[in-house]
Amino acid sequence: MLEVDRLSIRFGKVEVFTDLSFQVAKGKSLAVIGPNGAGKTALFHALIGSIASEGTIRWAPDVRIGYVPQKLDLDRDVPVTGTDFLRAHPTPARRADAEISRMLELVGISKEAGESSIGILSGGQFQRLLVAFALLGNPSVLLLDEPTAGVDGPGQKLLNELVRRLQEEQGLSVLFISHELSVVYRYATNVLCLGNRHACFGPPRKVLTPDLLSEIYGSTVDYHVHDH
Amino acid sequence: MTIETLLLSITMAVAAGLVGSFAVMRRMGLAADPMSHVALPGIGIALALHINPLFGAVAMLLFGALLVWAVEGKARLGTEAIIGVLFSVALALGSMMTSGEELIDALFGGAGVLSWPEICFGLIASGAVVAFVVTQKNRLVVMLVSPDVARTAGIDVRRLDLLYLETFALTIALGLRFLGVLLMGALIIIPAATAKRLARNLTEMLVLAAGIAVVATVAGNWLAYSLHRETGPFIVIVAAACFLLSFLRR
Repeated sequence: MLEVDRLSIRFGKVEVFTDLSFQVAKGKSLAVIGPNGAGKTALFHALIGSIASEGTIRWAPDVRIGYVPQKLDLDRDVPVTGTDFLRAHPTPARRADAEISRMLELVGISKEAGESSIGILSGGQFQRLLVAFALLGNPSVLLLDEPTAGVDGPGQKLLNELVRRLQEEQGLSVLFISHELSVVYRYATNVLCLGNRHACFGPPRKVLTPDLLSEIYGSTVDYHVHDH
Repeated sequence: MTIETLLLSITMAVAAGLVGSFAVMRRMGLAADPMSHVALPGIGIALALHINPLFGAVAMLLFGALLVWAVEGKARLGTEAIIGVLFSVALALGSMMTSGEELIDALFGGAGVLSWPEICFGLIASGAVVAFVVTQKNRLVVMLVSPDVARTAGIDVRRLDLLYLETFALTIALGLRFLGVLLMGALIIIPAATAKRLARNLTEMLVLAAGIAVVATVAGNWLAYSLHRETGPFIVIVAAACFLLSFLRR
């Protein structure tokens, strides 16, 4: 699905990261972790081609990317409703009212919330609306930049379970940025950690040792893996 | 006022309301003002070459929009500063090249009978602006929410941005004869800002912005005609009155 080989990103003279290599197979999920400023969002921007990078990014030829960005800065009084936004999806077949209602229901947004301005939706509601928009494009891979930041407990569960269900049913590949290691352990096939000195890549239980975590986050991370 | 002039002012107002809706939502409301300065050197060059000043202004505005777009793409930081410098230079060059009276006409709109080429240009350009916004409104909405989301949904963001800026420039050019470049900015922004306060969804926003712009233009024209004054300032004052009235609503 995705092969990244020796990818480097720099902003001016500042190197964000260099020589990053990893792969994501069809239907699998990759968690990207690391402290603020490690280049997680920049990596996603490079993957969707919105910023320049060096190295190779190779997507499968028929890939359809659904991208859910981090919190966006919108006017509170912008007169665009959630339904307006979903209806604006450029895939024409997807604009039917029934399809839009179904999608709102799928991500747990009420009809009333769908009819209000996107500027007054809560962070969690807006995040779910962005997921719904991404899903309207019938994606083969989802890129989620901290999808559950600012989302309450039940909302987080709903989103995580929705993504997992889509993975099982449609063989969706998922790349997600997360600060929550419990989510990483639970949902990720592989984890990519971007940190101070070196990047790691592999199954979470194998690569996320306490030493490594303290190294990439620069301090001791208090985390225990529960084996249920 | 002739039928052609009335028709032209209505189509121009619809175009201004529609383009303005997205300008206000994109928070580029103030861009109309510096952008309009670019028209001046165009007017100067056209007068020196003995061609219709309108066409000189249009050419320079379209070029100005291209320049803004190119700068936006190259330098993420400092765009505003570069635009500020660029357009002040355009204003300086323009005032050097045009006489006082021509400058006043260009800035605030001139009197006089419209020529057929001007009427034809006005109708075609307004039609093109309206068609662009109506057909591209969905793509513009997605780009407004997030250019990155738009990109992954298959929208050519850079191209759409250029087309929008060119449409915006063309709309400023439309107002040249009626309101002048300075007041055209007001007709683009005020009805849209009023609509933004009142509308509950995108369709309402577009319809209200276009409607308020038309009301302001027709009423302003009528007032100016009745009082034997220039039209531009009256159009802007009616639009501003609508904006103030919108505060009564909520």
